[in-house]
Parts: sequence; C-alpha cells; structure tokens
Amino acid sequence: MNSAVTTPRGTGTRNTRILGVLTIILMVLLTFCGLIFSGEDINQGSTVRIMYVHVPSIWVAYLAFGMTALCSAIYLSGRNRSLIWDRFSGAAGEIGVLFVAVSLVTGSLWGRLTWGTYWVWDARLTSTAFLFITYIGYLAVRRLGGTHRQRARRSAVLALIAILEIPLVHFSVNVWRTLHQKASVADPNAKVALDGLMLFSLFLGLIAFTMLFAWLVIHRQRSLALEDAVADRGLDAAIEARREEATN
Amino acid sequence: MDHASFIIGSWVLTFASVIGYAVYVIRRGRELSKNATSEEMPWT
Repeated sequence: MNSAVTTPRGTGTRNTRILGVLTIILMVLLTFCGLIFSGEDINQGSTVRIMYVHVPSIWVAYLAFGMTALCSAIYLSGRNRSLIWDRFSGAAGEIGVLFVAVSLVTGSLWGRLTWGTYWVWDARLTSTAFLFITYIGYLAVRRLGGTHRQRARRSAVLALIAILEIPLVHFSVNVWRTLHQKASVADPNAKVALDGLMLFSLFLGLIAFTMLFAWLVIHRQRSLALEDAVADRGLDAAIEARREEATN
Repeated sequence: MDHASFIIGSWVLTFASVIGYAVYVIRRGRELSKNATSEEMPWT
C-alpha cells in the first residue's frame, strides 16, 4: 500500500543543522562569558551570573507565546487555514512552557540568594506561575479528541485569550509593589550602568536562546506534522476496515 | 565564586532541560519518519 515509504530521515535539513551548530557555538561562548569572563555585580556579587540564563529563558517564553498567538490569529483569520499555522502554534506553546518552567526555577534559585527565599507570592512571580499554568492548559486542550481542524480552532481561540497575560506579567512590576526588580536594560529611563562584558553576555544569551528557539520550533513543528500524518493514516485504515466489513 | 552551587545549578538545570527536550524532539521525529512518505515530509 505504501510504496513510497522512505528510510529514516528525521526532521532535520542542511539548514537546521547549520542553525544547530551555530547555536551550540554561541551557547559555549555564552557559558564562557557568563560564568568566567564577565565580572561580578557591585550589589549582587557573582549571583548575577544566573541572569544570563534566567532573562533569556523568559524572553524565549514571551517570544514563543507571542508566536503561538500570531500563528493562531493567522489560522483563524481565514486567509490561510493551513494546519501548518496550528502546528507552529502548538510547537511554540510547548517550547514556551519549557522555558517558563526554566525561568521560574532559575528565578527561584536567584531569589533564594538575593531575597533569602525561594518563593514569595508577589505580583511578578504569581503572574508568571499563572502564565505557566495557563499554557499547560493550552497544551492539554490541544490533546483533547476531535479532528485536526477542531483542535486547531479551539486551541487558537485559547491562545488568543492566553496572550493577554503577557502584558500583565511584564508590567506587573510597575503596577504593583514587588520584590522582583523593575525592567532595567529594556527601560531607557532606568539609570542602570551595566559593565560592557555583562551587557555583551546578556545580549549573547538573548541571541543564542532565540536561535535555539528557532531550531526547536522548526523540528517540533515537523514532528507534529508527522504525528498528524500518522493519525490520518490510522483513521484511513479504520475507515477502510469498516467499509470492508460493510461489504462482506 | 560565591554561591557556586546555586549558580552552576541554574546553568546545569537550564541546559539539561533544553538538551533533554531537544533529544526528545529529534528522537520523536526520527521515530515518526520511519514510516513516513516523501509527501508527508515536504522539507526533505
């Protein structure tokens, strides 16, 4: 039946391999810059080194959830109802959940050193935890039964609602009094003087993690496409079996 | 380096999570592509 069955090739291509190698190089460079070459902070000492993985992690989470919403909006807009948008949305959502979890744990470790506690129910931490739970729910909704198009429609609606939490999380430090510090590098009015190598390490982290996100989302989107294809094949086989039953 | 266990722990946890997920994604893709047709893998 399936004459065109191919040898295992996976989800990689020459371009993803190049992207992967570049990402690894930047990650190694980030490790050296973040852990060895960059200096200590005047106030926080060497604990500032957690920043080089904590900030890029939450950046990737924002980026991933933004992409989830954007791809969902494109899917729902009706201009292009291709399921590829749904798969990109699902892949980005999954990666976003991973990076929010990483951000929460690294933030908790950093908090233990700077605030003396792993967790406080302040606005930034609580809203981030709520964001994490919301997108766990988004992934759960994607796994409900139904056709691919039903999955795409209901998860796209949820993604467009869930994205409204991002401004809440990001601006929570300005709206409420929190233990978590306000935006510093991203705020042009903030009088924060970061050492050149510290700033370089931070931006290197943002670039490396963004490239990592791109690599992960491409691969995950392709494996989701294959999962859909497997499900379709199973459905086709079941329909064929029922037809044979009916004719015999 | 002060608080090395917390700092190194944060980095190790980050990289371990990412590498673990990347390995899962690659393995899943390879496993599914074993029975896939060329039409189902337009990127090849």
